Amino acid sequence: MKEQLEQIRQSALAALDAADTLAALEELRVKLLGKKGELTAVLKMMGKLSPEERPVMGQLANSVRADIEAELERRKAALNAAALERKLASEAIDVTIPGDAVELGHQHPMNQVLQQVKDIFVGLGYTVVDGPEVELADYNFTRLNIEEGHPSRDRSDTFYFDDNDAVLLRTQTSSMQIRFMEEHKPPFCMLAPGRVFRKDEADATHSPMFHQIEGLVVDEHITMGDLKGALIAIMQAIYGQDAQTRFRPHHFPFTEPSCEMDMQCHKCHGTGEVDGGVCPTCHGEGWIELLGAGMVHPTVLANCGIDPEKWSGFAFGMGLERMAMGRLKINDLRLIFDNNIKFLEQF
Amino acid sequence: MLLNRKWLHEDFVDLSHVSDKEFVEVMTVAGQKVEGYERLDQQIRNVVVGKVLSITRHTNSDHMWICQVDVGREEPVQIVTGAQNVHQGDLVPTALHNSYLPGGVHITKGKLRGEASYGMLCSFAELGLTQNDVPDAYADGIWILNDEDCKPGDDINAVIGNDDTVVDFEITNNRPDCYSIIGLAREAAAAFGLPMRHHEPVVHGSDAGSMYEMLDVEVPAVDLCNRYSSRMVKNVKIGPSPKWLRQRLRANGVRPINNIVDITNYVMLEYGQPMHAFDYRYVGSGKIVVREAVAGETLTTLDGNVRTLAPGMLVIADEGKPIGLAGIMGGENSAILGDTTTVVFESANFNGTSIRKTALALGMRTESSGKFEKNLDPMMTVPAVQRACELVELLGCGDVMDGIIDIVNFIPAPKTLPLEPEKINALLGTQISEEEMVGYLRRLEIEVEGRTIHVPSFRPDLNLMADIAEEVGRMYGYNQIPVTYFKNSTQGGYSPFMTFESKAGQLCRSLGYSEIITYSFVSPTIFDQIRLPAGSPLRNALKIQNPLGEDTSIMRTTVLPSMLDILSRNNAYHNKCVKLYEIGKVYLPEEGQPLPQEPKMLVLGTYGDNATFFSLKGQLEAVFAGLRVKKARYTAVHDDPSYHPGRCAKVTIDGVDVGVIGQIHPLVAESYGLDMDVYCAEINFTRLFDLRLPEVTYTPLPKYPAVTRDISLVCDEAVTVAQVEDVVAASAGKLLRSVKLFDIYRGAGVPEGKKSMAFSLELRADDRTLTDAESENALSKAVTALAEQLGALRR
Repeated sequence: MKEQLEQIRQSALAALDAADTLAALEELRVKLLGKKGELTAVLKMMGKLSPEERPVMGQLANSVRADIEAELERRKAALNAAALERKLASEAIDVTIPGDAVELGHQHPMNQVLQQVKDIFVGLGYTVVDGPEVELADYNFTRLNIEEGHPSRDRSDTFYFDDNDAVLLRTQTSSMQIRFMEEHKPPFCMLAPGRVFRKDEADATHSPMFHQIEGLVVDEHITMGDLKGALIAIMQAIYGQDAQTRFRPHHFPFTEPSCEMDMQCHKCHGTGEVDGGVCPTCHGEGWIELLGAGMVHPTVLANCGIDPEKWSGFAFGMGLERMAMGRLKINDLRLIFDNNIKFLEQF
Repeated sequence: MLLNRKWLHEDFVDLSHVSDKEFVEVMTVAGQKVEGYERLDQQIRNVVVGKVLSITRHTNSDHMWICQVDVGREEPVQIVTGAQNVHQGDLVPTALHNSYLPGGVHITKGKLRGEASYGMLCSFAELGLTQNDVPDAYADGIWILNDEDCKPGDDINAVIGNDDTVVDFEITNNRPDCYSIIGLAREAAAAFGLPMRHHEPVVHGSDAGSMYEMLDVEVPAVDLCNRYSSRMVKNVKIGPSPKWLRQRLRANGVRPINNIVDITNYVMLEYGQPMHAFDYRYVGSGKIVVREAVAGETLTTLDGNVRTLAPGMLVIADEGKPIGLAGIMGGENSAILGDTTTVVFESANFNGTSIRKTALALGMRTESSGKFEKNLDPMMTVPAVQRACELVELLGCGDVMDGIIDIVNFIPAPKTLPLEPEKINALLGTQISEEEMVGYLRRLEIEVEGRTIHVPSFRPDLNLMADIAEEVGRMYGYNQIPVTYFKNSTQGGYSPFMTFESKAGQLCRSLGYSEIITYSFVSPTIFDQIRLPAGSPLRNALKIQNPLGEDTSIMRTTVLPSMLDILSRNNAYHNKCVKLYEIGKVYLPEEGQPLPQEPKMLVLGTYGDNATFFSLKGQLEAVFAGLRVKKARYTAVHDDPSYHPGRCAKVTIDGVDVGVIGQIHPLVAESYGLDMDVYCAEINFTRLFDLRLPEVTYTPLPKYPAVTRDISLVCDEAVTVAQVEDVVAASAGKLLRSVKLFDIYRGAGVPEGKKSMAFSLELRADDRTLTDAESENALSKAVTALAEQLGALRR
């Protein structure tokens, strides 16, 4: 009997090892362990054994059964794993095939730059405001200290709607200085971006419509040093901490003292030369003009009912197109208003 | 405004030790911005004075000569020339091997008919000069330099006067004094902290008599002419000016003409005071009248054009006729000619605005009018005319007559300002001492006595403390002002409308629409192009009186044409699938108001593969949902002429009209060159903002399951989905949560002229699971109502 059991063990293990499908395994399980299986048949003969032999044989039979069951499980697991592997292999895909397209739209590059600038100012405590583009000469010129007869009022420069030159397309967002001061008491920090209009034929650097960003700060004891601090901080936020800037005197009727702010040319690092030739970015100047600014003219404050003896402030204005074109290296202003989707999709 | 540095060094302040780069930098940060500068000798390189040692005929040519030329080196060089005016011993401009001439011309050695030539002898034209620059030179050959002060080997640039730098300044409007060499010299001296040399013109006079006996000046146009100063010169000998004067003019871009005209131009450059010279022969009856033109009066100006004048334009006339357009250009009839013998110098101060308007009206801005426009200093007229007379004597080209006529109508009163160092420091954020401030002001020739500032007449821009602060600040150095950071207590932010707008943009982009920016002004033809009816209120647009052109002459009242224009352009660029949006203003005139309403519009436009009415509608609904506005209703519109009559809907929210969506009418599309289906939505964005839902609060999630029941209906073609939805919503009772269309079917099983529509109804109660009876009841109420109200029968 012992030989019989050993025989069963060996042949069973060999058969299991050879079985290569789950169905064959199941067949073997029934054949070996089933009610009519080989092992069962042998066990049925246990009764005929002597009481001394019985536990020995019983132990052996159990070990044979355990071995067969273990091998059965092992083989089953192996076959399952192999089957899964085959399935996964058959399901393999070319992961380099493009994903299902989801076309996102693009924000106009000008507004991308504007948004960034606005966010910086908002973080610094500026309130963003909007105002009319068809404007009264009073706001666009007169109350900004730009007298009658000033060349910027000429019909060759400014678009008018009436015979008295009283209603016009605003030529500068500075009109928002007056509008804001009319409605707000200091202290305040205002930012007014928007469309402005001048009578320039469209070419690579001119457009009859373009955008400015106006800023106005009025508080007690504001100094030109504060103007410098604020503008340097803002320009470093926009252009990077290593941006080198300078201030130089200029003239605007509505600020005094007035200045312009330049940034050292990033292309030639202020030398004005690239590869022995004139720097194409700054045209040899070494500096790039960023904005115009100044301390709010006392007359302008007074025009808005703000006491210039008590309050002082600074104002600044910058051209969005110039900034965006410089940042994004756009070389022709007309591209901006052309709205070719191939252009828009680059940004 | 140009300034040649040599003039500055020679006459006013010697900065010859300062490099061009440093000069430009210092001037710019001190307040006179340099636009650019040019070394005049950059164009001509390696060209020297040569002396012709020998000249022999070329053996292989009947017109060429072989010259041995001493160019200041040990050995002479051989040069072949075709010119016929060169003789042994002549000094000539010699372009050596590897030299450059104006226009980038490169000269190298070569062989001419077998003879080596190590360069080229030059004419004055080849050196960039004109006959005006070198009046005595022979035009059709080599420029002979025998009369020039030069020797072999000298750089030709020094002979021409090209050893100089011309700097171009951007002069701001408030500084008319800087439109002059003297004004810029003053700024340069101040910027470098060096003294400036001043020169008071000295006129010796002659025995040519008194001008009072020959000339009478009247100025009836008191308001337009502040001052008129005049002197006369007799026994004038017209001829070329001396070289130094010609070179200064040329460096500053002025063409030399003759001594008298050159003197007026020279004084204009030096003093910034435009001058004019009249030939006395043509001043009728010896009388000059400065008056307004009479309507229809004409004058032929020096440029040969006949100008028709109008009242308001100031003219210089004699007793009968205009002889000059004041401050702009002289008349041909009184011009200085070769045989002029008696000259009247005019040095006047005219009203700037009047000159500007006249120049503009006649389309003839000149150097002179450009200066007068800025409102010049009336104290300058007499020194300028004195300087002109001094130059006449210096050049020996006439006898200055006794007397000066000086008619003064207006001179601004001398101005004083208090010096307020504390206030200046408070404004600048500096701690500059009073002594320093006084020093800075004196550098600028602004006199200070104690705490009183005497504003010079050439600085009309100085009117208050802030103006003085700017002068102090720029002399101290803007870049030296300490940087400080003020503490602001204000809180920044966007208005709710701006946030709403920004959100809308994000939504549009997430749906694949790209943003465009279009002009606010459009062509009046757009109304016809989008087939707007004649009586449409949108045709009432603001009209620009002085537009750039007809196609940008009115302010848009609708954004649709702008969108169609850009779609059209993209189609022309062969862009196949296009989805665009813009949030932009329209300008709607308001009766009785000076300014229009400027509401913002959202416009979406698309064509291409997947564009349909329903794709656009779905996207618009997504934008609305993202913006959390109240539910929109869509009602068919058949009579919007811009849109397809069967594919257009009005969009309303809460009964408020917010816009329109649809397929663009094929005729409109065609007028934009678009031959495909184009879909647009125009939404009044400002109005949409007011239709936002109130702030959302939490609604408990459903505890009990919903029941979904489908119904399939057969109805007339005319019955709309919205009608069915409305009837179901009104009839099914409180348990109804939603009605959704899921199928429309026409064909087998459905009679002609009818359609089948299938809807899914979701029913639910918050406090219990619905019984079959409850849901069946709700459904049957809806079915009954649909049959009664719409004749829609359950299939």
